[in-house]
Amino acid sequence: MKRVIALLMENQPGALSRVVGLFSQRGYNIETLIVAPTNDPTLSRLTMTTIGDEKVVQQITKQLDKLIDVVTVCDLGESEFVERELMLVKLNKSSIAIDEIEKLQGKVVFEDNNIINLQFVGEPDKLDKLVDNLKTKEPLEIVRSGSLGISSNSKTLTI
Amino acid sequence: MLTLLAFDLKLLGIMRDMSKTQTSGGDALIRSLHEEGVELVFGYPGGAALHIYDALFNQSEVEHILVRHEQGAVHAADGYARSTGKPGVALVTSGPGATNAITGLATAFMDSIPVVVISGQVKSELIGTDSFQETDMIGVSRPIVKHSFLVQKAEDIPEIVKKAFHIATTGRPGPVVIDVPKDFTDPNHTFDFVYPSEINMRSYKPAKAGDSKQIKKAVDLILEAKQPVIYSGGGVINDNASAELTELAKLLQFPITNTLMGLGAFPGTDPQFLGMLGMHGTYEANMVMHNADLIIAVGARFDDRITNDPKKFALKAKKIHIDVDPASLSKIIHADVPITGSAKECLTSLISELKQHNIEKNKLEPWHKQITEWRNKHGLNHSMLDVVPENGKILPQQVIQSLYKETEGKAFVTSDVGQHQMFAAQYYFFDKPRQWINSGGLGTMGFGLPSAMGVQFAYPEDTVACVTGEGSIQMCIQELSTCFQYGLPIKIINLNNAALGMVKQWQDMQYGGRHSSSTYENSLPDFCALSESYGHVGIKVTQLSELESAMKECISLKDKLVFLDVDVDPDEHVYPMLEAGNAMDYMHLSKDKKTW
Repeated sequence: MKRVIALLMENQPGALSRVVGLFSQRGYNIETLIVAPTNDPTLSRLTMTTIGDEKVVQQITKQLDKLIDVVTVCDLGESEFVERELMLVKLNKSSIAIDEIEKLQGKVVFEDNNIINLQFVGEPDKLDKLVDNLKTKEPLEIVRSGSLGISSNSKTLTI
Repeated sequence: MLTLLAFDLKLLGIMRDMSKTQTSGGDALIRSLHEEGVELVFGYPGGAALHIYDALFNQSEVEHILVRHEQGAVHAADGYARSTGKPGVALVTSGPGATNAITGLATAFMDSIPVVVISGQVKSELIGTDSFQETDMIGVSRPIVKHSFLVQKAEDIPEIVKKAFHIATTGRPGPVVIDVPKDFTDPNHTFDFVYPSEINMRSYKPAKAGDSKQIKKAVDLILEAKQPVIYSGGGVINDNASAELTELAKLLQFPITNTLMGLGAFPGTDPQFLGMLGMHGTYEANMVMHNADLIIAVGARFDDRITNDPKKFALKAKKIHIDVDPASLSKIIHADVPITGSAKECLTSLISELKQHNIEKNKLEPWHKQITEWRNKHGLNHSMLDVVPENGKILPQQVIQSLYKETEGKAFVTSDVGQHQMFAAQYYFFDKPRQWINSGGLGTMGFGLPSAMGVQFAYPEDTVACVTGEGSIQMCIQELSTCFQYGLPIKIINLNNAALGMVKQWQDMQYGGRHSSSTYENSLPDFCALSESYGHVGIKVTQLSELESAMKECISLKDKLVFLDVDVDPDEHVYPMLEAGNAMDYMHLSKDKKTW
């Protein structure tokens, strides 16, 4: 089962390597990983998706929480949450028409005579489908950000 | 004191004595260690650590012990920590000094021992350039430390040391590395030394008291139990909770077993004690675990050397699990009542809650009767010295019993790893915590002698015996030289079976007796002559009739390191031994007897 885990950690050298290292060290998988400083610059927020059953995910969150640099951890799947991913796609301009882009809810973020760059935001499985649909357009490059998540209730991941 | 004084003087506007408050990073490091109450540092100098060594030279509060290999430094610091409960400190240089410390760090990490390792690092401007003796110590040590710090500027050193000791010694203890680039200890750069009086870390708040609702649930299970057992581990010793553990066991009259790491937490000579459990645990301890209806696990982590196949582990038992590390709870075995908290505090709460109830002890009678039957049936023979083996060879168990007898059970015993370790754990009764020092989690051969040095430094008047084998002792034998330099009268009890005994035992039992690379083909040194060349005393024993007098002589030479080299039966195996992939009641009891 896919799970989204979010955490706040000290924004300092070595913190990220401890988090990532934990996964290889304990044999857990990381599917996606995003990390960026928060509006409090001393903290970074890291979001990762991983595959595992309840017991594995519990172990992962406990082990993450044990890391000294990790301030707080949350398994977003414990309550309702919103998950979004950003995808950028580079295509030959001739391969796609403007109305098609609109239909796919894409946004043109760059274009010249030959190239067009599109931006898509959505749930990861919707982007998976989109990637399939775009295959006929022979995209030159596709880049995905990995998931971000935020809970849908009043609970917040803050300190 | 100095910091307070400086502060007062500052307030009064009096000119400060600059020599007292201005320090270099190197001096600040040593002064910070002194502030933490550190008296001894085990280490080995080298280029990147030379400013620190100069700072050591210029003061007398922190003593440095020169080992012969950095692995020995960390094991010595570890032995000091295990025997005293205070953090041990090792100091090494960059590159090979740092990598040599790695085995010591991993050993301390696996057994949750508070050790602080300070490693010199190349100058900060050289980091990442593959400069001479450069190793990414933070990266290399990352999976085997509780935490680590790379110093970013000299002024940070006091706060980092404060944090390092706080992290190493609180919660689930563990090793911490402080990696110090050489330029940050430079004597030409000085600053005001202020040691922080307290530290606040928003990301580190170890649990203390157990949840009271969980304690009440535990009490309910305890009051119902008819076939209970207390299973305690190293966490009880780390948390100095032996008195509370003993009080609980006595209050309830429950049988109790200790893990390899937990021996001594409950008196080994007490009739309630079942002996060690697990892979080479006693028959009665393993049978009790398998048949229990309630297991109270305290500061133990259900490791694979205990549970055997976790799917078949103690299926009839409810489990109460007390641990300071929440990640240990339900990691291997589901805890019906998990309690996160320090062993000492949780046991205290449990005892006071239990005292409000009527504890009915009569209902345990059939269980105690059953345990006595098991013990009488296949318990260990603790009168091995009366046995005269037909082949005339000395049994390793007899050597341990002779050591026990001669030291009246009061020695600190360190061990290496292998058969001798198991025999020592089985046949020496440890009545006190911190008396038995061994590498349980990592199983580090070479641990015994350097850890004994740490113990002997902490307890110069006590007998410290290192039970070892001819394989393990050769992994850190260079420390015989350190022992001579500092006059450490360690008693090395070498169970010499001329083979890597435990490897050979497994090869006998699981590989058709094919002894692949487990013997030395007559290449062993004369250990007595070797020890004598280092300035020590060597005593060789080949006959059972000589054993007790030789042991007496060995222990009586109070001021000398004695290497007692005893030829033991090379064919002896350690029993009981759990049969892999089964429940805890599947035990080999001898070469031709098993429980199934």
